[in-house]
Amino acid sequence: MAVGETKKATYTIPIGPIHPALKEPIQLMLEIEGEKVVNTDVLVGQVHRSIEWLGMNRNNPVQTLYLAERICGICNICHPFCLAMAVEQAANLTPPDRAEYIRVIAAEMERIHSHILWAGVAAHEIGFDTVFYLTWRVREEIMDLIEYIFGNRVTKAVLQFGGVRRDITAEQLPRIRKSLDYYKSIFEHLRRIFLEDRTVRMRTRNVGILSTEDALKLLAVGPTGRASGVPKDVRQDQPYSAYADLNVKAITPDIVTGTVVGDVYDRIIVRLLEVKQSVEIIEECIARMPEGPIMSEPKVPRLLHLLTDAAGEGVGRVEAPRGEDIHYVRLEAGQSTLATWKVRAPTYVNLMAVPTILKGMQIADVPIVFASIDPCQSCTNRIVVTDKATGRKSVVGYEELHRLSVEKTKELQR
Amino acid sequence: MNLKAFNRALWVYHLNTGSCNGCDIEILAVLTPRYDVERFGIRLVGSPRHADVLLVTGPVARSMEDSVRRIYAQTPDPKVVIVVGNCGAEGDVFHEAYSLVGPVDQIIPVDVYVPGCPPRPEAIIHGVVMAWAKLEKLAKQEVI
Ligand code: SF4
Repeated sequence: MAVGETKKATYTIPIGPIHPALKEPIQLMLEIEGEKVVNTDVLVGQVHRSIEWLGMNRNNPVQTLYLAERICGICNICHPFCLAMAVEQAANLTPPDRAEYIRVIAAEMERIHSHILWAGVAAHEIGFDTVFYLTWRVREEIMDLIEYIFGNRVTKAVLQFGGVRRDITAEQLPRIRKSLDYYKSIFEHLRRIFLEDRTVRMRTRNVGILSTEDALKLLAVGPTGRASGVPKDVRQDQPYSAYADLNVKAITPDIVTGTVVGDVYDRIIVRLLEVKQSVEIIEECIARMPEGPIMSEPKVPRLLHLLTDAAGEGVGRVEAPRGEDIHYVRLEAGQSTLATWKVRAPTYVNLMAVPTILKGMQIADVPIVFASIDPCQSCTNRIVVTDKATGRKSVVGYEELHRLSVEKTKELQR
Repeated sequence: MNLKAFNRALWVYHLNTGSCNGCDIEILAVLTPRYDVERFGIRLVGSPRHADVLLVTGPVARSMEDSVRRIYAQTPDPKVVIVVGNCGAEGDVFHEAYSLVGPVDQIIPVDVYVPGCPPRPEAIIHGVVMAWAKLEKLAKQEVI
């Protein structure tokens, strides 16, 4: 190379696998050209916990139900819900109607807390910490309600095969009303903050675009797919449990803006509207909830016996806050554990979209774009920048990455 | 416990070794307005080199073992380690799993355990205060 001549080279930046807050470890390998991301590789599996193996080798099915709750602490209703549906199908158990409604109420409360949690994290990722704190304060209301009804803030342990373990009594209804009214009253405020604020709009509009075509090709699920204009929602397409009575419609961003862009902003719209939708679903459930028992087999030893004797296959599909969750179960007569258990969490599918939405973005956009699919495992703590030409490595921390993101916000505000 | 005045702001590094996120969202809840420990100078930092306290969650997946050791080594003395949640303390629902090398105290020394799956935010704050007391003692011993 002649003196003064420069060579254009791409760098590879591994991000991960540890993040100082929130999410599970994951590693992203970013190939960059200057400031621009040209390619991404996603490496998962840093926190493999042998959950399915435990369910097939150590646990009886009821223990597995509470293990399923700990697949993800944020989605601790949808996983056991999904597993319960699969096992019930395999063992021919039918939960009573009232239990179905309570399950749906629990699932929608989880969606409210999960979406608000996400909105806060998204605000944090663009350096808008005021909004992060505000949304997390707003979230405490639903946490209080969850604790009041199910007895715990996070893991609820409310499901059981063939029903639920806790009823919702008439005395509890006014307290539920109060929380739902609170969210209805604050919705307009949140909408103004997230959809009309200049800063939020600048950092999220036309950023991290996933076109409708790509969303279909990459099988994006949940809010990530819906924000790209794919009206896909298990609650609408294959209504399960009490959703069969409820007529849920998939929310796409064109309801608000008239068009579908498929960017981060659209993902905010979808999640925000889904909070409102969940409030309405809970209201409707409470109004329609039939009286009656909440468990088809209240005695656990008998239930275990029944499940040991049962043979068959079942598949559960649930619309989790992040998209479609699928559990497959096979039971064999005489076997006290699940013979086969396979979990397909929504983030697996949505991670496929990550290389596409990161392509062409600046490094400072990586935190918000990656967070926008609401990955249930993440990590942007430590980056090693490898200069391909020289092989030199330098380490950039999460703070550095976060600083870049904050700086970009400030620059845009000027 | 006699904590009339703290002579330093406590900086915390949060290390997820494979938790289910349950404890992690409660740790964040501790930092946000309802519980707001930032008013006492407690805050999360992005690097273990800035931290006084390591807040560890999760049952330590095999691929994280090395990171846990390294992060412990990177934290300057005097330091205390808090394990938040049952799964980091004794394996919890994940015990006997083939891919785990924990609990945490098999890898690094632990000073405070906060039980619960997940513990309530109040319990996490209590754990941090206990760690604080220990840190004050450690600091004094160093001076003497
Ligand atoms: S202690 Fe429980 S809630 Fe906390 S990370 Fe472990 S499994 Fe999740």
